[in-house]
Amino acid sequence: MSNDSQPATVVADPGTTRSFGGMTARSTEELNTARIECRNLDFFYGDNRALKSVNLRFPERQVTGMIGPSGCGKSTLLRVLNRMFSLYPGQRATGEVLMDGENIISDKVDLNFLRARIGMVFQKPTPFPMTIYENVAFGIKLHEKLSKRDMDERVEWSLRRAAIWDEAKDRLHTNAMGLSGGQQQRLCIARTIAVKPEVILFDEPTSALDPISTLKIEELIDELKRDFTIVIVTHNMQQAARCADQVAFFFLGEMIEVAPAADLFTRPKHPKTQEYITGRFS
Amino acid sequence: MADAVPTATVPRPMRQANSALGRRRKRIDRVVSVFAYVSTAIGLFFLAWLLVTLFGRGFAAFNLSVFTLSTAPPGSNGGLLNAMVGTLIQTALGTAIGAPIGLLVGTYLAEYARNTWLGNVVRFVSDILLSAPSILIGLFVYQLIVINTGGFSGWAGVAALAIIVIPVVVRTTEDMLRLIPDTLREAAIGLGSPKWVMIRFVCYRAAMQGIITGVLLAIARIAGETAPLLFTSLGNLNWSTNLNEAMPSLPITIYQYAASPYDDWIALAWVGALIITIAVLALNILARYVIRTEPSKK
Repeated sequence: MSNDSQPATVVADPGTTRSFGGMTARSTEELNTARIECRNLDFFYGDNRALKSVNLRFPERQVTGMIGPSGCGKSTLLRVLNRMFSLYPGQRATGEVLMDGENIISDKVDLNFLRARIGMVFQKPTPFPMTIYENVAFGIKLHEKLSKRDMDERVEWSLRRAAIWDEAKDRLHTNAMGLSGGQQQRLCIARTIAVKPEVILFDEPTSALDPISTLKIEELIDELKRDFTIVIVTHNMQQAARCADQVAFFFLGEMIEVAPAADLFTRPKHPKTQEYITGRFS
Repeated sequence: MADAVPTATVPRPMRQANSALGRRRKRIDRVVSVFAYVSTAIGLFFLAWLLVTLFGRGFAAFNLSVFTLSTAPPGSNGGLLNAMVGTLIQTALGTAIGAPIGLLVGTYLAEYARNTWLGNVVRFVSDILLSAPSILIGLFVYQLIVINTGGFSGWAGVAALAIIVIPVVVRTTEDMLRLIPDTLREAAIGLGSPKWVMIRFVCYRAAMQGIITGVLLAIARIAGETAPLLFTSLGNLNWSTNLNEAMPSLPITIYQYAASPYDDWIALAWVGALIITIAVLALNILARYVIRTEPSKK
């Protein structure tokens, strides 16, 4: 039925040893194939420079965590990657953000196409006021013409990958607003996956959720990185340590340090990083 | 060994029960409550008086023949059928023309022209139009259409009503669209949706109830309008569904009948007023019902 033979099996198992995401599988060399690369990226809200010459590589099919105190520019960078900032006049980015050799912050980029390749999941769940099925089908219909049968399959595949199929399958044609917060967030993830993007951006995806839902989404991210390059902004350092292969620390618009998660949290090179991860400031 | 507990640093004001200050506040509270209740009672009293008179006189003269007979000369047992049909036609067409325009202008203001100079001007003008005396709109259409087409017509009435509908729908549409959080818009845009698809399939759906309510309220408003029709569709004592001729309407008929010296006409005016009031009341209740219902809970 599903075109993916291994649907996400999310089991909340407190017994699982969840080490640093990057420690076992990924070495530093493996972090070198970049899916997206920022070079000398500056960002301005009007005259306010919110990102200062950021250089950062987002490795293919790995999780990059971005941490730092409020207002440090991590969410801003996320909104640069899918050009969300272009919705608002007065916001602009300069420098290079390369994806397949193309600078995605140039004016020539087709934004709808770009956003189909780079999906985003927001802090608060944002289900559309329609049925669960329609929510998932919405994004697909924007980019593909599928037969009813193919659409059904794609919707099921997406919901399975987002680990919400079991809860949603009997109520596909009911209003998505009826789901709980954690379910809504997984529906939003399903909606994003359904378009089959290459990169998924997560903007503090669990900060509005309870611990169980948070756990489910973290496990989901772990599962999704098999197929997607993932960037996650989080305020929660434990979350970054659990989910991310590499972690970048931002402070006052600058990217201070980037390293594999295990290194950044155990042997930070920069004193600011050290202060932040030990909770000296936030 | 045991450290002394440090002295508290927050000085607290002296407080005592039943102080002079407390008593004064209670007195003021009582006075304000009395004023509030009395004002409410006065408002309700006049509203009730109006409704009781209307229902009393209206039902006294009520007869099913008002729905089956057209207006007729005094003493010859007429009804209000032509007036009601005229009002239905003009209200329906006025809404059909005005509501889509208002919807689009409201969409422009909420989705495309936020914080722009032109948007602010359009909003200001629309608000002026919203509070403009409706007789002005009647005169405007008279100058524009009636004089240039050589006579009173149903179309002129429709045009005047449509102009009244526009600012009502603009206001509610813009307000309702602005209530939608930007995160919902960003979610749609983030999936690669063009702006018009986002507006059509996400924003309109989210604001649907509010927009429908606005249209219902606009219908309720124009169904009872008299002034803009005086100079446009004029009124017609005969059966007429031809929009190129003068057209009857309920408010105009009430206006003419109530001012007449004939008892049976005056009685019919009460019935007409009753019918309009009940219809508008029903629309308002429907609008409230629409607001309360959850969107598409299946």
